[in-house]
Amino acid sequence: MPVPDFTLPPFGRRWLQRLPATPPAWLLVHSLNQLQKRQVLAADMSLLSGKTFAVEICDAGLTLTFRADDERFHTGNSGDAPDLRLAANLADFLRLMLREEDPDTLFFSRRLRIEGDTELGLIVKNLLDSVDWDSTPLRRFMQH
Amino acid sequence: MQRLPELICPAGSLPALKAAIDNGADAVYLGLKNDTNARNFAGLNFDHRSASEGIRYARDHKRKVLMAINTYARGGDSLRWRAAIDEAAALGVDAVILADLGLLAYAHERHPALRLHLSVQGSATNYEAINLAQSLFGVQRAVLPRVLTLDQVRHVIANTSVEIEVFGFGSLCVMVEGRCLLSSYATGESPNSHGVCSPARFVRWEDNGQGMDARLNHILIDRYGASETAGYPTLCKGRFEVEGHTDYVLEQPSSLNVLAMLPQLLDAGVAAIKVEGRQRSPAYVAQVTRALREALDQAGQSAQRFSVKPAWQQALAKVSEGQQVTLGAYDRPWK
Repeated sequence: MPVPDFTLPPFGRRWLQRLPATPPAWLLVHSLNQLQKRQVLAADMSLLSGKTFAVEICDAGLTLTFRADDERFHTGNSGDAPDLRLAANLADFLRLMLREEDPDTLFFSRRLRIEGDTELGLIVKNLLDSVDWDSTPLRRFMQH
Repeated sequence: MQRLPELICPAGSLPALKAAIDNGADAVYLGLKNDTNARNFAGLNFDHRSASEGIRYARDHKRKVLMAINTYARGGDSLRWRAAIDEAAALGVDAVILADLGLLAYAHERHPALRLHLSVQGSATNYEAINLAQSLFGVQRAVLPRVLTLDQVRHVIANTSVEIEVFGFGSLCVMVEGRCLLSSYATGESPNSHGVCSPARFVRWEDNGQGMDARLNHILIDRYGASETAGYPTLCKGRFEVEGHTDYVLEQPSSLNVLAMLPQLLDAGVAAIKVEGRQRSPAYVAQVTRALREALDQAGQSAQRFSVKPAWQQALAKVSEGQQVTLGAYDRPWK
């Protein structure tokens, strides 16, 4: 089922902004580490090591900051200046994750912002694209 | 029912390859993770393991895999390109897509059983060039640059026994492919030499408060208003000030889309229709392949009754660069 068109309403944004960003960032980092450990995410950590990433979910008013070292991902501090910032609304991030939309399409239509180290952005994008969900229990979510 | 051209779809990753095959591609084309192919982007493309798995997947579904080795080997440093051809032969791909004359000669001599396609980067725009590649290297198919009119495509096909492949959809290059050095003016690197028009490490997108600036090696190449669609950050698609006016000087970002003239392309006898976009994600490959598969099948059943379905146009328009599509050079009524 495709992700419906939605934007989080302002009251949702106000509510979410009161919550600390750490739990969602922790969840993201934990998921990335699990995927990497199981070799679903074939990350060449030498390309990511030392870099800080910010994922800004615009309509939620939420920015998830994390960094990578030689082995794994860690939550970062929101004050850290990111090497790469990706910004979009929640619905579009979901579409990217579920492979309903391609990031170039969202970029052309200005629904995805990529700032900072463009090459790092390409590495991350291509890393996510290379995940073969067929080899994981998540495959049933990825069928078109 | 007439014999349909093969639908050739791009694969920058294993999931994209599977998406192409699952949605009806007859063949996929891919490249290795280095500068031997014209989509040499960080993190993109295949290593030996993923290429083997992709070829197995294609075989299981009775589809073909082509390998693009379509940049030009640098003088004194052709080992990597030769190694790529050897690897393609060892992997058992159905054909290699080459541009460099030296590499065509190498492949022809070293791997006589390996099928050779002349890449669009080889820049053969007339049948004499194609027939020469056939007689010298046994080239069996040539991919035409996107600068010929439909009549010119017909003329080429009428004068060669080499199979002709044309582009059907994708981000449009306005240049005669294989002859473009434009990006090297800004970065010192060009598609022919390094396999990429705008190397990502030279690209910066910056929020300027009112919109977004695109810079290539610090050169401002475009400034997008908040609601304007964006394109790839290439010099050819930038806006520049010429004699007091700022506008697109060479071309506006757009995508080629041949849906409207599929019956004519079938009638012309093209052997294959290619989709651009190895740099794109599996979602793009799935959407574009599905639309073109349906359209080709319908055009093959009856050219007279063929009509372009709005759903196909919508699917293709959505993923287009600049979100606009054109018939490009095919549709030039003048000679």
